[in-house]
Amino acid sequence: MVSLTINDQKITVSEGTTILEAAREVGIDIPHLCYLEGINEIGACRVCIVENKGMDTLITACNTPVEEGMQIYTNSPKVRKTRRINVELILSDHDCKCATCVRSGNCSLQKIANDLGILEVSYENVAEVSKWNYNVPLIRDASKCIKCMRCIQICDKIQSMNVWDITGSGYRTTVGVAHNEPIEEADCAFCGQCITHCPVGALRERNDTGRMLDALADPDKITMVQIAPAVRAAWGEGVGLYREESTTGKLVSALRQIGFDYIFDTVYTADLTIMEEGSEFLERFTHRDEYKWPMFTSCCPGWIRFVKTQYPELAGNLSSAKSPQQMFGAISKTYIAHKLGIDPDKIFSVSIMPCTAKKYECDVAEVNDAGHGKDVDLVLTTREMDRLINADRIKVEELKEEPFDDMFGEGTGAGVIFGATGGVMEAALRSAYFLLTGKNPKMDAFKKVRGMDGWKEAIFEIEGVAVKVAVVSGLGNTRKLNEAIKAGKVEYDFVEVMACPGGCAGGGGQPIHDGEELAETRSKTLYGIDSTAKIRFSHENPTVQMTYEEFLEKPLSHRSHELLHTNIEEWGL
Amino acid sequence: MSRLEFRAKDRAQVVVEGLYGDIERRIIASPPGQCPVDMAASFLKLCHAQTCGKCVPCRVGIGQLLKLYDKILTLNEESSMADLELMQSTAEAIRDSADCAIGTEAANMVLRGIKGFREDYEEHILRNRCADNIIANKQPVPCVAKCPAGVDIPGYTALVSEGRYDDAVKLIRKDNPFPTVCALICEHPCEERCRRKLMDTAVNIRGMKRFAVDNCSETVPVPGKMDDTGKRVAIIGGGPSGLTAAYFLALMGHKPTIFEKRSQLGGMLRYGIPNYRLPRERLQWDIDAILSAGVEVKTDYDADKEQSMKELIADYDAVYISIGAHTHKSLGIEGEYGEGVIPAVEMLRGIGDDAMPDFKNKSVVVIGGGNVAMDVARTAKRLGASEVNIVYRRRKDDMTALPEEIDGAIAEGCTLVELKAPVRIELDADDEVKALWVQPQIAGESDKSGRPRPVAAQADEERIPCHIIISAIGQGIDYADFEDSGVPVVESKGLFSANRSASVEKIDGVFAGGDCVTGPSTVINAIAAGKVAAANIDEYLGYHHEISVDVEIPIPKQMDKKPCGRAEMKLRYANQRGSDFLEIEQGLSLEEAMQEASRCLRCDYNGFGAFRGGRNEKW
Repeated sequence: MVSLTINDQKITVSEGTTILEAAREVGIDIPHLCYLEGINEIGACRVCIVENKGMDTLITACNTPVEEGMQIYTNSPKVRKTRRINVELILSDHDCKCATCVRSGNCSLQKIANDLGILEVSYENVAEVSKWNYNVPLIRDASKCIKCMRCIQICDKIQSMNVWDITGSGYRTTVGVAHNEPIEEADCAFCGQCITHCPVGALRERNDTGRMLDALADPDKITMVQIAPAVRAAWGEGVGLYREESTTGKLVSALRQIGFDYIFDTVYTADLTIMEEGSEFLERFTHRDEYKWPMFTSCCPGWIRFVKTQYPELAGNLSSAKSPQQMFGAISKTYIAHKLGIDPDKIFSVSIMPCTAKKYECDVAEVNDAGHGKDVDLVLTTREMDRLINADRIKVEELKEEPFDDMFGEGTGAGVIFGATGGVMEAALRSAYFLLTGKNPKMDAFKKVRGMDGWKEAIFEIEGVAVKVAVVSGLGNTRKLNEAIKAGKVEYDFVEVMACPGGCAGGGGQPIHDGEELAETRSKTLYGIDSTAKIRFSHENPTVQMTYEEFLEKPLSHRSHELLHTNIEEWGL
Repeated sequence: MSRLEFRAKDRAQVVVEGLYGDIERRIIASPPGQCPVDMAASFLKLCHAQTCGKCVPCRVGIGQLLKLYDKILTLNEESSMADLELMQSTAEAIRDSADCAIGTEAANMVLRGIKGFREDYEEHILRNRCADNIIANKQPVPCVAKCPAGVDIPGYTALVSEGRYDDAVKLIRKDNPFPTVCALICEHPCEERCRRKLMDTAVNIRGMKRFAVDNCSETVPVPGKMDDTGKRVAIIGGGPSGLTAAYFLALMGHKPTIFEKRSQLGGMLRYGIPNYRLPRERLQWDIDAILSAGVEVKTDYDADKEQSMKELIADYDAVYISIGAHTHKSLGIEGEYGEGVIPAVEMLRGIGDDAMPDFKNKSVVVIGGGNVAMDVARTAKRLGASEVNIVYRRRKDDMTALPEEIDGAIAEGCTLVELKAPVRIELDADDEVKALWVQPQIAGESDKSGRPRPVAAQADEERIPCHIIISAIGQGIDYADFEDSGVPVVESKGLFSANRSASVEKIDGVFAGGDCVTGPSTVINAIAAGKVAAANIDEYLGYHHEISVDVEIPIPKQMDKKPCGRAEMKLRYANQRGSDFLEIEQGLSLEEAMQEASRCLRCDYNGFGAFRGGRNEKW
């Protein structure tokens, strides 16, 4: 244990504790900017500087371990003066047009500058001019970048993709795509984790809200929106609602106010995905020799891009089932159009996703099978949808619960948990059990695959047959798992992969809270919805049953293969 | 008004001259990974400040060059190849028309850059960025980056500061199994760019290492071997490179066998470096530790005579050739084969096996200006020579020997005879040396490397009477037999041809490194080559064993870093040490070592090291 004082408060903490952490224990908040716990403790911004009595040099609180007898002052005159200058210097290297910044009001730099009462900057602005391909789903605005290096660290340490690196040298050192490559040629998974860990507005998704508003304004277009499972657990964060207030019904109501013609639920096609993917798994499982093992889930486009660039030899292990988003797109312009009696060519099919890679997925040419243009015309992230809600000044606190539009808003608890790591696996196992045994399993039969561990594994016995499964989230964990599989160190039958840590709940398109990881909290909401759902098995979804009876015939039917399956190996990047 | 006054410096000038010193040190300590275009621009800015202002090319021209640099470098501005052409023609005009060196040399620097790193200019102009390799070369810890073997210097310095000398030795051995040898005789390239130079002067890194090996336990055990692979590796030559490769290969679980031509291990460490610099028992300490890892040794074993290379290649799973450079180069002058003309390498080799020549009351001339020349000169003095003249055709400043070796030789009574080129050796009727005839030289125009060429002076030849002439003008390798067995040779250099991974083209499983590939070089380069060879032989054999060490590095304590003197190693007084072969250097005192350790700025934790990591924990 180490004893010290911080602002004259005595404190004893364990060895290795940083000054920043020690200060928190006595309720002292030291301003910081580049620091990201466990990921980026590099003391780059020099905002968290504090005075150690007896020393002339100020020291950074974020990465300096406490020493016995230290006397730390976090707001001494020297600290105040120096911290202010450092923040002004950062501002001089930042495009401070906050009014037109996506992160205004949710920006760590803005908050520190405001807190310190910086009303003018003493220095000439030297922010870099941005050059970027604004067509890719991931946008970097160099003029906003404060070179905190968090994006580099997240991409290296958590996602193992090493897409970002410092570029340039000396005073021109900045962040860029590694090896001076253009982003579209880098092996970026478009997971968006760099975006959600950026303290300012230097990283964001491509802004597609303009195209959305154009479609809403076009009288010849019928706007049909689907809402992904994980969106319902996070949308309220971006519009100022408490978590318990932000229900799916209110979200439906908000979208209706915005003017969408049909509001449906991706959970419906999540259930459909389970039927197709679960049946595919059983088909493979009963014809083991004809397939490569393990079978991988294929609903996460970040993971798909990862496989295609990092492990192309494993692409054949992916389930051929499309993701719920793309299944919805294909069904919307065929069966749904037919059921609703509308012209499929007029449908503008939109999805609201917790994800930036979904913007890539809907643009893949090979994925369009309905024959009426793109199956999914536009993908908006949760953040973009929240911006639409805010733009229309919808009074969210007064929203009433409203149901989805008829039939295709029907989803089960199994479909809802798709938004959490382990959820796809659990939903698939619930229905696979039924398909194998003809009866439903106990509700807690597959609980072992829940939770925030990055790599979980379990063996389930279904009628004397052992099924070995694994669940990973985060691409760094995924790389470890793939290496273990390739080295023959582990063997599984079925593996669920989600590119973002914690799954879609922690997706790169979700609302941003600097310094907080909310995947677990949001997942609890999803499991809560499941636990109280009337129907908790995908195979019991009445709309799914109706879709098979009236249209698809049965899982893996000829029509299912035409519309709901794809050859991912042929996808472009 | 006085008619004349003494010039006195005003306060500002005194301070500026201090700043010149700071900048000098700063330039010397430039961290690796700088953009050359950016550096060129910064240097030019200094040049521009120095212009006297009289002449147009210098006053205006350099200013316009600076503007072009800004345009090329600034991320927010576009530039074109025409800017580079304008830069070139402007610099040429300045070079050709400026009135003095302030202008012409500034322009020459620009032109050398445009030629020397044109691709960096193009990358900035066409793509507005630094070349990718700038980032790849960006190294957080200068000393580690400059050490060919990548030894964890801040790590062992921190361990020394806590009195953990055994741990320091273990940490050094992770990358270099010769901690003692390097503590005593390493040329310490690690100190060249030490960031401490920005404040005062480099940390005495070799002194820190020496303190660790002088104060560690009697034996510091080597790590346990990894699982036995059953793979056998033949290592030809038991010098520092071969021993290093053998050590790491043994740790990795392979079975290395060293084939050594001489009767003892050590190569040039034993047969080239005199005892007074590297006492044999200190060398043996390192060798004993290396052998304890499980290395088989066959001494007095001439790989060529007893077993051809082809047989070794067939019998062993891999072969590492590290035979060093032990043959002498001939002087090429009349009388060279007379009695009393001795090649330096042969003399040192004999001494390595305790065959001491008798120089009592003899007058000795040493020809050469490298470290070997100093070694033999000082050795000759210790062997009783009445007089030792070191004859060199260039100047003292041009000598390749380390300054401390030259000073040591002078202090011990050797005489430097500069700018004298040997012409012929005068022999008596019995073919014995009578004198060396030399032609006085002047330092002429510089060659490409900037070293002045010696040119015969308009003066008569001079006669230096002597009994013994020791030639120390360089070493080569005896490669003929190896070449016959298929090992590729670079004919122009007389060295083996191996690539940077130490592998030899065309012969699968054969690797080569050390002096026999690079030509005579330093011990740390030989060690680095052995390390590279071990890693790549391991991969070649189908493994990926990683070498690491279980030593926790102390976290730096927070303190202000103030300028502070560097503690130097002391030498025994010249008049006491000059007649014996006992070690002449003495390590730092505890007090000095602790102060020296505290001077380390811990670049592994601070600066770029905080971001990109300050150490390679395994390789």
